[in-house]
Amino acid sequence: MKRVYVNEEWCLGCHLCEYNCAFANSGMSDMATALKGKTIYPRIHVEGDDKITYAVSCRHCTDPICVKSCIAGAITKEDGVIKINKDKCVGCLTCVLVCPYGALAPGENGIMQKCELCLNNSCGEPACVAGCPNRAIVYEERGEDK
Amino acid sequence: MKQYVIIGNGVAAAGCIEGIRSTDGKTPITVISEEKYPVYCRPLISYYLEHKTDTKKMNYRSDDFYEKNGCKVIYGRKAVRLDTENKKVILDDGGELPYTSVCVAAGSSPFVPPFEGLETVEKKFAFMTLDDTFALEAAVNENSDILIVGAGLIGLKCAEGLYGRVKSITVCDLADRVLSSILDADCAAVMQKRLEENGIKFLLEDTVTKFEHNTAHMKSGADVKFDAVVLAVGVRANTALVKDAGGETGRGITVDDSMRTSIENVYAAGDCTEGNDISSGQKKVLALLPNAYMQGYTAGVNMAGGESLFDKAVPMNSVGFFGLHAMTAGSYDGELTDCSENGNIKRFFIRDGLLCGYILIGETARAGIYTSLIREKTPLNTVNFDLLTKTATSAAFTEENRRKKFGGVV
Repeated sequence: MKRVYVNEEWCLGCHLCEYNCAFANSGMSDMATALKGKTIYPRIHVEGDDKITYAVSCRHCTDPICVKSCIAGAITKEDGVIKINKDKCVGCLTCVLVCPYGALAPGENGIMQKCELCLNNSCGEPACVAGCPNRAIVYEERGEDK
Repeated sequence: MKQYVIIGNGVAAAGCIEGIRSTDGKTPITVISEEKYPVYCRPLISYYLEHKTDTKKMNYRSDDFYEKNGCKVIYGRKAVRLDTENKKVILDDGGELPYTSVCVAAGSSPFVPPFEGLETVEKKFAFMTLDDTFALEAAVNENSDILIVGAGLIGLKCAEGLYGRVKSITVCDLADRVLSSILDADCAAVMQKRLEENGIKFLLEDTVTKFEHNTAHMKSGADVKFDAVVLAVGVRANTALVKDAGGETGRGITVDDSMRTSIENVYAAGDCTEGNDISSGQKKVLALLPNAYMQGYTAGVNMAGGESLFDKAVPMNSVGFFGLHAMTAGSYDGELTDCSENGNIKRFFIRDGLLCGYILIGETARAGIYTSLIREKTPLNTVNFDLLTKTATSAAFTEENRRKKFGGVV
């Protein structure tokens, strides 16, 4: 399946992916109204040190430990995509405790959110990828699921 | 006829069903459920009291889960004996279920010490099941004074759940601190403070010497008046089925990494077991939902003739009270590196060049990166551990490692 991959040697550390993600999931049609002056809660985040930067979002693992660990039965895998049912989530952070990639973080209300590849918002394909100025983030097939 | 039997209907059983079906799509599965509900999220009972969830959302799986997976569930019955010679499970109504392989996922039961006068207390509750929760909910109101005996995870989550629904909550424990099984003294003090700021009262290093109707006479000499008492002293693994059948048991049913017990074709998973804790190298009862699921899944795969090992079990907890989160993992039997700052607690325990445990309070972002260091036994000399003590980040790993993580299928 297609996933989001990062090429850290091309990442500029500009954080645009974070803003595009927050906007894509805001449900609003204007980026300024959606984000201006607000703390954003993107589902992708840029990490790094003084030498390298790269973006981290859900890996949509073949054997997802978050799904197996969720105490609310709120995280599921459907057609390879790891999804979270925010209605069931109670914000216990057990998924944060187990995700080896640090890919999940709570949203504004303490309920978890995660990258669902923009399949359930109006963007339709990952906004982080579409807006990456240096094509450091790509959305493509790399190897088949087991 | 081939048949799988699962004793218990909690999350370990659900994992077992999914493990079996990942390998064998056909052979019938029978689930014996003492409780009369489909599998639900047991740790959410306190969130139910807080109105953060409801009985429908608490269902662990969809309504068609059993049907879709070809399972028959026998509700309201209990397995009382394993006849391993004839490969049958004997039920409390005398019924017999033949098995090809069986998984004992019988959970644990509250342990209630013999308190003097407990029989004089009208309103006393455990806090383990939905039925316990409904009974407690029905027995309390905004005028109730509550005494909770036990300041562990169950007792304190119960306190948080009842907060706002009752007049007062007092928690007592024989230990000198709260959450004594997962927190050291300093960390426990931080969590206790948060609970006290929200009006929860504590009587530590103290215990009930005698109950008299609505009064608990404490060892310290204090008398605590209450309308209802919750007994959350501890739990005991339900080992009897395997023990009585001659199987090996310790504090739980002894299992190996494939979830086999010492009896052929008998597997066990979840809170009733003791398995290998790789952070301490010891057999431990790891009564945690993630482990229950993963043990159950592993048992299921193996019961169905596949091959699966769960060889990365460690104790781990994510627990929050009134917005303050603590995360703990592994064993604290190692050299302490304390990187606490700005009011956040961050303690790492290192043994033989490996991270063997940690405690975080407050800042818990991306803590799974630490947990994975324990689970994967990553030598700390292969990562930038100095950086990791400041922040949980994959930048501390090698470029090659990151390329695998973020540039490939994992």
